[in-house]
Amino acid sequence: MTLRKIDDVHRLDREYDLAIIGAGPAGMAAAAEAAAAGARTILLDENPAPGGQIYRSIERNSPARRAFLGKDYWKGKDILKAFLQCDAAYLPQALVWSVEQGETDGKASVELRVSAGGKSSIVHARRVVFATGAMERPMPVRGWTLPGVMTIGAAQIALKSSGLVPDGRVVLAGSGPLLYLFADQLLQAGGNLVAVLDTTPRSNWAKALPFLPPFLVSPYLLKGLALLVKVRRSVPVFTGVGTIEVFGQDRASAIRFQAKGRTEEIDIDSAFLHQGVVPNNSLANATGCLLGWNDRQKCFQPELDTRGRSSLPAIYVAGDGGGIGGALVAEVGGRIAALAACLDLFPEKTRQIGPLLAKHEKRRRVLSRGRTFIDTLYQPAVAFRAPTDLETIACRCEEVTVGAIRDAAARNVVGPNQLKTMLRCGMGSCQGRMCTATITEILADVQQRSPDDIGTYRLRTPIKPVPLREFASLPLTPDAVQAVTGDHSDRS
Amino acid sequence: MFRRIDKATDTVAITFDGIPMRVDTEQTVSAALLGQGISTLRKSVVGDRPRAPYCLMGVCFECLVTIDGIQNRQACMTIVRDGMAISSQSGARALDEGC
Ligand SMILES: Cc1cc2nc3c(=O)[nH]c(=O)nc-3n(C[C@H](O)[C@H](O)[C@H](O)COP(=O)(O)OP(=O)(O)OC[C@H]3O[C@@H](n4cnc5c(N)ncnc54)[C@H](O)[C@@H]3O)c2cc1C
Ligand code: FES
Repeated sequence: MTLRKIDDVHRLDREYDLAIIGAGPAGMAAAAEAAAAGARTILLDENPAPGGQIYRSIERNSPARRAFLGKDYWKGKDILKAFLQCDAAYLPQALVWSVEQGETDGKASVELRVSAGGKSSIVHARRVVFATGAMERPMPVRGWTLPGVMTIGAAQIALKSSGLVPDGRVVLAGSGPLLYLFADQLLQAGGNLVAVLDTTPRSNWAKALPFLPPFLVSPYLLKGLALLVKVRRSVPVFTGVGTIEVFGQDRASAIRFQAKGRTEEIDIDSAFLHQGVVPNNSLANATGCLLGWNDRQKCFQPELDTRGRSSLPAIYVAGDGGGIGGALVAEVGGRIAALAACLDLFPEKTRQIGPLLAKHEKRRRVLSRGRTFIDTLYQPAVAFRAPTDLETIACRCEEVTVGAIRDAAARNVVGPNQLKTMLRCGMGSCQGRMCTATITEILADVQQRSPDDIGTYRLRTPIKPVPLREFASLPLTPDAVQAVTGDHSDRS
Repeated sequence: MFRRIDKATDTVAITFDGIPMRVDTEQTVSAALLGQGISTLRKSVVGDRPRAPYCLMGVCFECLVTIDGIQNRQACMTIVRDGMAISSQSGARALDEGC
């Protein structure tokens, strides 16, 4: 059996049992599992090759050429192999820009709108799994819009997919497991890393300590410690870093920060920022799945049952897109959601699917041990979640500052959607992806309300701009009409 | 702002703002340009300030460029092709073909 790679959006079947969106560990594992259970399965992914974030470009990379990517990266080869051998269909470079839950013959089903190669098409499926992964949390600091400043994830993508290493003097700043993982990868790849600025609040250690015991048996413990020691031996690491500011005329040339009560400044050619990852819930949001606030991870995520079922009957969510758990949990989560969907589709296969589900659920429990410790330790400092420096740009697209948002918040704006009409924040090209977390947390801070109560921007379809001629080639839905006529009336 | 750590296998010819260059195949427009030392791809729409790709994963829309005459393409999500003509976008929001 081999995967059927499709290269034209018009060659897709009209209907599948299961559509999976995203070819990271969750999506690849979900496809293999669903195909094995006999479901007619299609996997759609925006990237040109399978792998998602962690295993990006896994097909082309080899340990001989890029050993520095590390053992955890090469684990992707096994998941990839199973995916390439499964009886599913796969369309790469395909953006799913709208999903609507509907009904076929009285049963729930979904309609997906997909754009690939400059053409759009409609695909019907009886169930869909969103395996859309994570994105990096924004880290708004002064000067973060200057060329020469990118995210750590971006630098890692350049390294994994194109073998690019930043030239000149590099500083990494932020918090979270990826900070030290990438520091190590960069050093091994020959990058000139001059400093690591760790913004993890010192007080997090005391808060995380009660959760240490389960973490002691986690496979992440030794790896994490080894990385820390290794990086600290090679590069100056500043801990407890408070404020950060990047300077430069037309590009970044220096970074200033506070650590241990002192202000330091370092000349740089580039700086890479990171404050952990949050679920990429664009599709879930635009489709109307209920979202809830995860207060430990400080992010909105779709409300799911233990098997990935969302609030909408035909929609499942797996992997980091449903809640941050890391690559191994994402993979097993993909299997569980796919099997749960198959169980709903083929109740007659309960005897075959039931034991598999039980096995994977057990494995997930084992893999999730120690997560609370990691989440608590790496909970980003409030200074970067709800910044107070009034000059800092919060919405990069429309250049709306923290000051303007705090001002409006103090005048009792009800929520993010109203703020959007007032200040245009979240109205730019990124549709609010880059500022939504900051907006929610600033509103919550100023108005002393819970982020859950504040809410998040309501996203619309198409979740990314689709050329008008592609759009017009498909039958219109109410959402589509709204998108074209530009009616942005507040729905919150 | 970036350099390559390994030798290219195959290259294609592209232009950026009319300047011809040869870049590796099988990579995105953003990666190709960053590898050529080009990071500023556009000016911001409100303040007219230089901007560069930021996330490289399709989230931030800082990498919007015009490719073969079509505006507002995400350079980080588009693979280079032989003969591709890329140009930077500047300043105020242009009436685009997208929506
Ligand atoms: C930039 C970045 C770098 C990371 N690096 C590491 C690392 O080195 N090590 C580590 O352990 N963890 C890393 N992580 C954490 C990572 O989230 C998980 O380890 C893992 O990749 C999650 O797997 P997943 O299958 O849930 O999603 P992902 O691997 O993120 O895959 C999601 C896929 O869905 C696709 N997609 C999303 N929306 C759509 C749509 N609308 N239409 C079509 N396709 C869509 C994306 O293009 C992507 O290919 C990183 C996260 C980020 C954001
Ligand atoms: S660099 Fe962020 S969308 Fe392309």
